[in-house]
Amino acid sequence: MSETVIEGREAGEAVPDRDSQAAVSAEIAAAQADDESQGIARIQPRLDFPAYRSAALRHPTKEPRHADPEGIELVAPVFGHRDVDPLEADLTIQRGGEPIGERIRIAGRVLDGDGRPVRGQLVEVWQANAAGRYIHKRDQHPAPVDPNFTGVGRAITGDDGSYSFVTIKPGPYPWRNHRNAWRPAHVHFSLFGTEFTQRLVTQMYFPGDPLFALDPIYQAITSQQARDRLVATYDHDTSEHEWLLGYRWDIVLTGTHATPMEEGEHV
Amino acid sequence: MSETPANSRYAAAAGLAPTPGQTVGPFYHYALPFADGEHLVPAGTPGSVRLHGTVTDGHGAPVPDALLEIWQPDADGRVVREPGSLRRDPGVFTGFGRTQTWRDGGYSFTTVEPGATSAGSAPFIAMTVFARGLLNRLFTRVYLPEPAAALESDALLSSLDQADRDTLVAVREGDGSLRFDVRLQGERETVFLRYPRHEV
Ligand SMILES: [Fe+2]
Repeated sequence: MSETVIEGREAGEAVPDRDSQAAVSAEIAAAQADDESQGIARIQPRLDFPAYRSAALRHPTKEPRHADPEGIELVAPVFGHRDVDPLEADLTIQRGGEPIGERIRIAGRVLDGDGRPVRGQLVEVWQANAAGRYIHKRDQHPAPVDPNFTGVGRAITGDDGSYSFVTIKPGPYPWRNHRNAWRPAHVHFSLFGTEFTQRLVTQMYFPGDPLFALDPIYQAITSQQARDRLVATYDHDTSEHEWLLGYRWDIVLTGTHATPMEEGEHV
Repeated sequence: MSETPANSRYAAAAGLAPTPGQTVGPFYHYALPFADGEHLVPAGTPGSVRLHGTVTDGHGAPVPDALLEIWQPDADGRVVREPGSLRRDPGVFTGFGRTQTWRDGGYSFTTVEPGATSAGSAPFIAMTVFARGLLNRLFTRVYLPEPAAALESDALLSSLDQADRDTLVAVREGDGSLRFDVRLQGERETVFLRYPRHEV
């Protein structure tokens, strides 16, 4: 990589190249300082976040336009037990043998922005195995594939919005954003609410990961308070004697648009 | 920073802070796409239409790893409430579809043209866009090119200048199919939406 010219530097002084963690960390800090100086406490990630290299040509440059949700947008697709077998919530039993790694349960509730449970709705997850490897033809990480682990799960939420997956704790994995770039361990989550406007795809992280500060995807959410909402909590009451460790993670979707009069009505 | 105007009917709603989004990443292909996700109705069904296009980046280059979802009423404008999108019964229209883009950035759904959900309203398909490099999902609308009168009176389209408006209206191709390109950035960038109660 060519050296970056940094204004104000003396000639001959060492310049971190753009491919280094130092350069990426500096870009993370700059974007966060920018939001802070404008008083923006961001709840969603910045789409324009130069430290995440792949975002450069893929973020819209115009502000999203205001739209009042109408018709189809005020309801969500319906999924049910026709779509999902209850066994799909256990990622450790899909291949006949026991996958290698730390067996965990991830459980929580899906709520809407007003605190109401999202009932009977689809939750999809996917993740790397314990060694940080995905079963994906484009994953080139030279870590072992686990023949007993695909890393895909689905569930339908209960009446109280609850979901629960049994899985293996995923490993961190390297990626090509910059030299020596590693993603903190995470599980990808896909969620629907009661309105299409609530659609959410995100990632759940594990408490205390030393890679948090270095990761441009996680840090694209420039407010610490908002970032914290992606981190599960270790919960000893969810852990099971001589069997697995438990994590709790509640998910809050954006608010719905039904007015009290429309409540319970269907289009 | 609230995006909700003070006089909005939504302003009074107290809220929990939502969980932030994150990119779908590059490795969703074995998890999210499902069999016949792109076929809301089987190809060849009388009255079916192909909705297709290309997803491109700020250099106009194809985005080969985007994921698109559509959600729409049926041909009569009815919002159906049917499960089964993930395990399709060819006889049941669920209104939901999901597909990934191909190596050339192209995508294609087979569906029915949505009807108007209320008299005189402009029929549209709701679409969400996900991709590696895209840190959060994007919402947009795919409007049918007809009827012109409904498009004229549509609140969202009326709020846009002609160039922006054109990005939301599908083009009727010679073979009757609907073409809708998604330009993530740059020239003729697709208009993406923010609904009330969606924070920055
Ligand atoms: Fe990942």
